[in-house]
Amino acid sequence: MLTMTNLSKVYRTEVVETYALRDFSIDVQPGEFVAVTGPSGSGKTTFLTIAGLLEEFTSGDYSLDGVDVRGLSDSKRSRLRNEKIGFIFQAFNLIPDLSVQDNVDVPLRYRRMPRAERHRRIREALDRVGLSARSRHYPAELSGGQQQRVAIARALAGSPRLLLADEPTGNLDTHMARGVVQLLEELHKDGATIVMVTHDPELAARAQREVHIVDGQVIDLVAAPRLVSGERQQPGA
Amino acid sequence: MFAYYCELALRSLRRNVVLTALMIAAVGVGIGASMTVLTVLRSLSADPIPGKSSVLFTPQIDVWGPDSRRPDQGASGDRLPSGLTYRDAIALLQAHRAPKQAAMYGVSLVITPRSGKPFRTNGRATSTDFFPMFDVPFASGGPWSASEDARRGNVVVLGSKLAERLFAHTDAVGKTIDLGGRDFRVVGVASPWLLQPRFYDVNSGAFGQEEDFFLPFSTAIDRHINTDGYENCTQPPTAGWDAHLNSSCVWVQFWAELPTAAQVRDYRSFLYAYASEQRQLGRFHWPPRIELRDVTDWMVYNHVVPPALRAIGIAADGFLVVCLINALGLMLAKFASRSRELGLRQALGASRRDIFMQCVAEATTVGLLGGVLGLALTGAGLAGLRALFGLSDPTNAAHRLVTLNAGMVFITIGVAVIATICAGLYPTYRASRVQPALQLKVQ
Repeated sequence: MLTMTNLSKVYRTEVVETYALRDFSIDVQPGEFVAVTGPSGSGKTTFLTIAGLLEEFTSGDYSLDGVDVRGLSDSKRSRLRNEKIGFIFQAFNLIPDLSVQDNVDVPLRYRRMPRAERHRRIREALDRVGLSARSRHYPAELSGGQQQRVAIARALAGSPRLLLADEPTGNLDTHMARGVVQLLEELHKDGATIVMVTHDPELAARAQREVHIVDGQVIDLVAAPRLVSGERQQPGA
Repeated sequence: MFAYYCELALRSLRRNVVLTALMIAAVGVGIGASMTVLTVLRSLSADPIPGKSSVLFTPQIDVWGPDSRRPDQGASGDRLPSGLTYRDAIALLQAHRAPKQAAMYGVSLVITPRSGKPFRTNGRATSTDFFPMFDVPFASGGPWSASEDARRGNVVVLGSKLAERLFAHTDAVGKTIDLGGRDFRVVGVASPWLLQPRFYDVNSGAFGQEEDFFLPFSTAIDRHINTDGYENCTQPPTAGWDAHLNSSCVWVQFWAELPTAAQVRDYRSFLYAYASEQRQLGRFHWPPRIELRDVTDWMVYNHVVPPALRAIGIAADGFLVVCLINALGLMLAKFASRSRELGLRQALGASRRDIFMQCVAEATTVGLLGGVLGLALTGAGLAGLRALFGLSDPTNAAHRLVTLNAGMVFITIGVAVIATICAGLYPTYRASRVQPALQLKVQ
């Protein structure tokens, strides 16, 4: 699904080169739930933005769902991003003057979908996160947890192949965070591929696999069979 | 997607009403100022007779010699007389070197209606070719014949307003009117018609009213009807009608229709030969000098558009540029404040082109609203000019010069939109180059 091989991202100034990622390699299989951890400044967010096609990389290879993204034009990258990727941000990033349903509608608009199809998808996505009744509300009228659910609905509405989550519970209290994590686990159980950047060891432990980044390099791949979400969803688990 | 871009533009404009109002005001005020001046300039410099302005020519002959000119004053001092003497006009008429030609001068006569009080009104003495040369439309009847010109017939063509005044709701053709104490038979009634600028007699007022009547040039001369328009003499004319006709005063306008370049060339040669002949005859004591100007050249030569107005136009355009720079700055601020949203939209699948088009839609909306405001301000500006110069009477020809027409409405809106889009190009480009990765980091 997501394969990066010897990928590097260098920020250059006249006097210094800074490697945000160095010879970074990762392979995420379809249906996997991967947690990306590491200290601040380790390159987690750079990895996520490159994975999400929001930033170019300097060298190496990156293949998303079988598509080599190197050298793609902006319009092709945008289309790929729109069709294959759903983003979930720590700060929710909802547009404040759009209603819940209009926020969910944004990626569908850029896919040039017919109106009826968009409405069906919006309804289904909001049903999925349990916010159908709030479709006409505005973000400011929702709790943080609800806002993050709207962001998840927005990410889901386009039926992406890959969900990229950047500290999805970072701005939520424990109770709300639990609800969001449960929702991600449900999505994973239903077959979604999720890559989640987090500082939270407890949250990382709930992923199938943890990728630890330090100084722009993967230093450890931790298999975590105990954390397979499918197993956690067993009755009585 | 266009509808979506427009929807987003309207949402964005509603989001920050004060900033939006400032942008619209900046565009509207600039457009209002420049369009007010442009409306007047356009009216003044419009081609009065499209399709014929390059085939109608007026001759000038140096009848006063170099002593009458002031070359030390530059081009304005080195001008030939802006009309012909009567004898030169008659000579050109009789030579008949143009397919169509008309000598003319303005007259003012008293009309005595069958009932009601006599009144004085303005007309024009001219040749029958005047009507086809200047595309005068007829509501009924037509021009008098060339034979009427030759035999100095008492015939007249009425303007529509005078015909309506004298013969309300009935056809005037065939009827007789008392014009200057003589009976004239009406042979035609012209439809409402006005050449603006009235290029054929700019010295009597380029923006005057249309004539109420036309009578044959030969008849007017025969009846000793004096000019009521332009007349310029280098010395006081001697008393008496014949002395007046033979004087060196210029008071006759003369126009020739010359459809081909060869005819223009030939006519110029003819004029030069005529002036040379006059010198040989001892009338001119200086080298022959002539000019032959078409309508456009004639209007420029006579400064129909005052140079000061052009300067004001440039100043108004400069003001518009300043306003647009302000709008540009405001748009930069507005788009910069939305960098996060624009970055988010890119993350959700918008291409740079989508973002660019969204911002263009917003700039276009600002331009449209600014254009509407500019239109209102232009209307107010023109109303102010009319009040200032006492042109409030809609029947006054000059009133039309400072009135918005449909063409100017479209031009105003179009200029506002295009200018705003141009001003918005840089902010829009900047907005479309937002780095989403930077914008979406937690703040």
